[in-house]
Amino acid sequence: MTDMTTTYVNLAPSRAEKFRQRVLPMILFALALAVIPLFGPSRTTLTLMNHMGINIVFALSFNMLLGRAGMLSFGHAVYLGLGGYFCVHVMNWIAAGSGIWGAVPVFSMPAFGFAAGALAGAVIGWPSCRRAGTPFAMISLGVAELVAAAGFMFDSLFGGEMGISADRMGGHEFLGLTLGPLEDVYWYIAFWTFVGVVGMYAFTRTPLGKLSEATRDNPERVEFVGYNPQRVRYLVFIFAGAFAGLAGGMSAVQDEIFTPENLSLVPSGAILIAAYVGGIRYFTGPIMGAIVMTYMGSNLSDYTAGWLLYLGLMFVGVVMFVPDGIAGVVYGTWDIISGGKFREVAGSWAIRLLGLALMAVSTITLVEVAFRWSDGYGEVFEPFGLALHHGSLLTWIVVVVPFALGALLLRQAARAENEVTT
Amino acid sequence: MTGEALQLIDLKKSFGPAKIIQGVNLQIEKGERHAIIGPNGAGKSTLFNLISGRFLPTSGEIWLNGDKISGKKPFEINRMGLSRSFQVSNIFTNMTVRENVRCGVLYSMGYGYSFWRNIGNLREVSEKTAAILEDVGLIDKAHLPATLLPYADQRTLEIAITIAGGAEVILLDEPTAGMSHSETDRAVALIEKASHGKTLLIVEHDMGVVFNLADRISVLVYGEIIATGTPEEIRGDPKVREAYLGEEVEEGVPA
Repeated sequence: MTDMTTTYVNLAPSRAEKFRQRVLPMILFALALAVIPLFGPSRTTLTLMNHMGINIVFALSFNMLLGRAGMLSFGHAVYLGLGGYFCVHVMNWIAAGSGIWGAVPVFSMPAFGFAAGALAGAVIGWPSCRRAGTPFAMISLGVAELVAAAGFMFDSLFGGEMGISADRMGGHEFLGLTLGPLEDVYWYIAFWTFVGVVGMYAFTRTPLGKLSEATRDNPERVEFVGYNPQRVRYLVFIFAGAFAGLAGGMSAVQDEIFTPENLSLVPSGAILIAAYVGGIRYFTGPIMGAIVMTYMGSNLSDYTAGWLLYLGLMFVGVVMFVPDGIAGVVYGTWDIISGGKFREVAGSWAIRLLGLALMAVSTITLVEVAFRWSDGYGEVFEPFGLALHHGSLLTWIVVVVPFALGALLLRQAARAENEVTT
Repeated sequence: MTGEALQLIDLKKSFGPAKIIQGVNLQIEKGERHAIIGPNGAGKSTLFNLISGRFLPTSGEIWLNGDKISGKKPFEINRMGLSRSFQVSNIFTNMTVRENVRCGVLYSMGYGYSFWRNIGNLREVSEKTAAILEDVGLIDKAHLPATLLPYADQRTLEIAITIAGGAEVILLDEPTAGMSHSETDRAVALIEKASHGKTLLIVEHDMGVVFNLADRISVLVYGEIIATGTPEEIRGDPKVREAYLGEEVEEGVPA
């Protein structure tokens, strides 16, 4: 007991470790955000990146529930939507310039979204956080349906099917940004993405953040160390709603419109998939997931009509075979390379990649042929000048053989890796 | 008030038609180490669940330091100074050993549901956590995920979380279950140290542990306490011998 202070010093990570693990990544992140405009991105790229920023904050806020507190919500878009709707109204009040609203900069919208999201979380979470697990998930589903339906019914608040639009240039200039050109909006999004990411990371370092992890692991034991798990869940829920609302405020300025669709199950499901594909066990997982899914969502549709199907397949594949998601793969790979074990696994990784590629060939062929056949325009899938009719034997060979081969290779790779580890 | 830390008054608990606890009366003095023994299915764990608030009693009352606690929630009872461990290790599996103990420390240090403080800057929390880890001998494993600990260490962590909040009344549910002899000896030493100056209520199957540790012993059979007394009194009680201890006493208890 006399050497308590030395023990304390030994236990906590050193200053250098803290800097390397916590501060440095944030600095690099800020640098990356600051450097991107130097490459002179096109308008399309800027829009894409703005949406990535919004989805990064949204996915992280979703993961405050699923990954950190073990609460599966099917209706998280409700909080982004309500936060965003509030911001759209505020932007219109700013444009009208009545009273104090004229002095409020549009730049501050995410703060309003944060407050509105927190309020929505506090009201809706009050009944729904009394339950955990499956009942909580069911309630969140019901609430999402309810709020989306209400969105279509109350025209003055939600603008019916047309939604409510606003003008991001309606307010005063702030920090030299008129928010008119997309470059200005990029800086706005970058700033608030950084605030959101840092804020949510800081939350994981608070007593409440730690208790939310404890409640996820073992809600019963939490009760016997003096905490009410319902209270923990409720408070976390309010924060998750608030950060989703912050993303809503970002979205209100970027897209200048909110419709009841934004409240529905579709964006709620999309963010669940993004967070999960990214890896819910890691703080950075949802960031990676949001980047990848936003990119695929906006670009894959240029290549194929079946892009949603591919996203779905990818989600199922991740859930079944890589439950730690992209982040799990990235960190796992990094551990192996930095541990100097790359040589041992290189062979089996090559086999695995080849197997995955073969299965991808088979799956893509099947999906593309099926889509062209079903839409009835008589189009034929012709990769590399090879005409694949749905009726021809060749097509089915291209579907079945690589699939079988790929599956075989994957099994072999798994076996080889077992031998390495044992 | 009296010097009683814990008082059970005509406590009863039924699950449907099954009467598990049938009128238990028990007084435990402040600073006493009290063991509850009894055959399997006697209701020992149920009794613990009633005292700690996990179950609501069907009838009867429970008092802690002069305050009625029956009917209160587990976290309320914990905040009033009663902490318990579990028969099956009940820890935060995905968190590190240090984080596990820290969860036990936080509330008692007044950091409740705080979301505006960096947990790493709470110096007294870190110091208390380190002191407890040092005391229980887990300091070298502080950064391991709890799920990777060997069984005996998980049992130790279970006790560490239980005592972390500094509760005055500690309930331990079979703390040495499944441990080897040397592990049991270490656990007993730890329990003696941790319960110093506190009130201890312990359920235990290992008679060696019970007769070593306890100031007084109660024998629970079919939901009723058939005898309470010092180890000597219990050892000599014919009712106890008949109902529970049988011939084991001679073999199992060190003289």
